[in-house]
Amino acid sequence: MIKTHMKNSRPLRKQVLQSWQLYILLLPAATYVALFKIYPMYGLQMAFKDYRALNGIWGSEWAGIKHFERFFASYDFWRVLGNTIELSLYDLIVSFPFPILLALMLNQVRAKLFKQSVQLVTYAPHFISVVVLVGMVVQFLDPRLGLINGLIEFFGYPQINWMAKPEYFKTIYVLSGIWQNTGFACIIYLAALSGINPTLHEAALMDGSSRIRRIWHIDLPGIMPVIMIILILNAGHILNVGYEKVLLMQNPLNLEASEVIDTYVYKIGLNSPLTNYSYATAIGLFKSVAGLIMLIIVNYAAKKAKQATLW
Amino acid sequence: MNILESKQDKWFLAANYAALFLILVNVLYPLLYILSSSLSSPQAVVSGRVWVWPVEFTLDGYKVVMEYEKFWLGFANSMFYTGVGTFLNVVVTIMAAYALSRKDLPFGVFILSIFVFTTLFQAGLIPEFLVVDALGIMNTRWAMIFPTALSVFQLLVARTFFEITLPEELLKAAQVDGASDLTFFFKIALPLSAPIIAVLSLFYAVGHWNQYFMALIYLRDESLFPVQIFLRNVLVQNEVDSSLLTGLGSVEAQNGLRQLLKYSVIVIASAPMLIVYPFLQKYLVKGALLGSIKS
Repeated sequence: MIKTHMKNSRPLRKQVLQSWQLYILLLPAATYVALFKIYPMYGLQMAFKDYRALNGIWGSEWAGIKHFERFFASYDFWRVLGNTIELSLYDLIVSFPFPILLALMLNQVRAKLFKQSVQLVTYAPHFISVVVLVGMVVQFLDPRLGLINGLIEFFGYPQINWMAKPEYFKTIYVLSGIWQNTGFACIIYLAALSGINPTLHEAALMDGSSRIRRIWHIDLPGIMPVIMIILILNAGHILNVGYEKVLLMQNPLNLEASEVIDTYVYKIGLNSPLTNYSYATAIGLFKSVAGLIMLIIVNYAAKKAKQATLW
Repeated sequence: MNILESKQDKWFLAANYAALFLILVNVLYPLLYILSSSLSSPQAVVSGRVWVWPVEFTLDGYKVVMEYEKFWLGFANSMFYTGVGTFLNVVVTIMAAYALSRKDLPFGVFILSIFVFTTLFQAGLIPEFLVVDALGIMNTRWAMIFPTALSVFQLLVARTFFEITLPEELLKAAQVDGASDLTFFFKIALPLSAPIIAVLSLFYAVGHWNQYFMALIYLRDESLFPVQIFLRNVLVQNEVDSSLLTGLGSVEAQNGLRQLLKYSVIVIASAPMLIVYPFLQKYLVKGALLGSIKS
């Protein structure tokens, strides 16, 4: 950036003044980021204090790292952390290949109408809300009226109350996620596939390569950089399972398997008779820091392996 | 590339079509089942006789929804949040994306890296909650709009769009003609941005329409609730206003209608987004392409 300034041979201050119209365009976005993304970081100090609404964030008393100690020592720590990582990894490992596979398969289809129909239908679940998705899951798995139990009964087996069993929670979460997201997630791979140089395929055709060989030796390596980037991004989000879907699928009976860091923070901070902002902030901060470290490690590993990286 | 396929390739293609057809059926079936159930009689739904098509066709479920005031209040609120929220999102994103796409903007890279940093490291639920509280927008409509006024990811996509669509020569030529930055933005950049505005609108609108967690933590007045909160109460927590079901006599009939009602609200609440996206489908791939170039 400095170089371009020197090339323009104008002082920086003058350049800034001359660009005032661009800064005006930037102003709403910058205000938003400052107010809703950066300003909250000031509140992170609550994690090291005993927050009392009466004294405010600044005036509350320092408490050292006692909230972190309490979390690490608590009975819930390993269960919540374990559930979070288990659910994320399960989801990542099982769901990740599906969009890639679908994109490679769709890329082989020449019949335009068929290709568009498959795309149209598989995108649809992405536009359904999480609430409706979970509502559908609950309907389908209903112990008495659900479609799945209807099938099980038809074949002469006893019905199962799926949502009440902790051992099924993660599988229901992952499978419903595959149904909802595979089609839409495959768009980015389709876009990457369309960017592969067609002369590669023509040359391979001259050599008499089969379709499967061309997929394996041309298509897959061609989209590998995109695959790696998406993998890194997903791996960096392992602790971010999110509030929405887990919270909706949670019930007292499956809590043992469904309590994750995000829902735990929500309960302690906002949804219990005795809310504790400082404790909840500390747990949230632990998650943010651990998540950032994880992202850096994964990116570093990808760099070592000579793969595409974020930076 | 339409050269004769080898025998192996023919088999492969046939298997490929078959597998894709299976995927199509698997994704479509739950959607079709919901739609068919919403159009079947309560008795057919409760006794599990609906498999693919509606059984004993009726619009009773939809008739009950029509009288469900809470649902329509939520629906109207969601319309408001989606309309106003998306408009604000697109304006903020497009303006900032253009400014940040300019290579000659002093501190442009620095500002952008701060934006990106906020996506990698977040303050978390409670600090963000307290900021919304401190700004005095808790339990107002603005709490559903301002906290998500911008997505940095969409900003990056839009920035790449401008970098590709607006060559530097175009800017130079306009500047020679005496165009200021704002003139160039409004007269040249904006008229060329229809595709990216379409993509942004779709993504932001879906986010607003399907939002429920923000409503859960920021809103307390029932009159402000979006339709998703209503759906959560009915679908996940099984809370149906029983006053709507009275006058039906038997408990069984009430229970049947309760099920029918669930299917009907799913259909109505999901319809707006499911009707809109096919029209914007062609833009989605372009948007993804921009995203992949960025990464």
